[in-house]
Amino acid sequence: MLDARLFLLQRATAIVMAPLVLIHLAVIIFAVRGGFDAAEILSRTRGSWVWGGFYSLFVIAASVHAAIGLRTIGFETFGGSRRTLDVVTIAVAAVLALLGLRAVFAVVAS
Amino acid sequence: MVSGPDGSNSDTHEPPGEMIAVSLWRGQGSSGGLVRYDVPVRDNQTILDIVTHIQRNIDSTLSYRFACRVGMCGSCAMTVNGVPRWTCRTHAGQFTKNGRLTVEPLRNMPIIKDLVADMAPFFDKWQKAEGRFQGKDSRTDDVEPVRPDSPERKTADAGIECINCAICYAACDVVAWNPDYLGPAALNRAWTLMNDIRDTAGGERLRAVSAGDGCHNCHSHQSCMTFCPNDLNPTAAIAGLKRMAVRAVLKGEL
Repeated sequence: MLDARLFLLQRATAIVMAPLVLIHLAVIIFAVRGGFDAAEILSRTRGSWVWGGFYSLFVIAASVHAAIGLRTIGFETFGGSRRTLDVVTIAVAAVLALLGLRAVFAVVAS
Repeated sequence: MVSGPDGSNSDTHEPPGEMIAVSLWRGQGSSGGLVRYDVPVRDNQTILDIVTHIQRNIDSTLSYRFACRVGMCGSCAMTVNGVPRWTCRTHAGQFTKNGRLTVEPLRNMPIIKDLVADMAPFFDKWQKAEGRFQGKDSRTDDVEPVRPDSPERKTADAGIECINCAICYAACDVVAWNPDYLGPAALNRAWTLMNDIRDTAGGERLRAVSAGDGCHNCHSHQSCMTFCPNDLNPTAAIAGLKRMAVRAVLKGEL
């Protein structure tokens, strides 16, 4: 139940996520030198449209990537019609994106 | 090898009385189970020899399929001790464990009777994958030159020796999970045609193999490659189709 477009979308989102994950890990290593706390994290992210854009892009890519992966696992485990799979895929992507963007909003704009 | 009614054979050099305990799947459709038969050991005995011995000397109602007996026709594939094999080229000595052997029909296809799987779904998918050559020339045209050392021909040649035995199809977990998945053999055939410079149906074929049940569902487990008796690599063929389809999508051609 994976056609060429969904396959391409999943690979493209993986390509987007790969450098973002590496930057994210590098920032963690840099940030924890000498310990860190919530105030320190928020001081870096609050009002930063760079970090806001960075993590928003990651959230959207991860939401699409994960939804397509779960679509494949779900179909191969439980079966289902193409229409059902489409609805579930879009719903999973929307929920993940909503939760992720809410978290980004919380550390950037609140 | 011709056996007498009691299974005796003048060619044998094995000590008399040495037997293999063979468990064969017997039944109609999906209902049935394993039945044990004791078969005398012979020199250079293949799994197909064992099944034939049972059918000719013990139970003539046993159904199985074979034709050439030399690894050319792809008719005699069965599941031997849990793995798909061409039975005419599989020596029993390699597979017998503690004097025991289990022979079942190929999986991922409906069972007709005993060891005979219904291969109609397998061949239907060759058609669904547009696995037919479509040329542009008629018999009055000159033969189109094809350079054997061209990259396209080399790629096609790498997958052309498929004997349609369905071993790769039976080995494929994706087919087990999604019975509509086209499967490694049909996709391998499509890939050879996509690299045939004489073929004119590339566009329709690429659409067929990159639809919902097509090549992009392959997880690259490589079971098809592992069990192919002719050492073909359908996983590589499927990867080639995936790349070709993705390029076509990016160019707006698909």
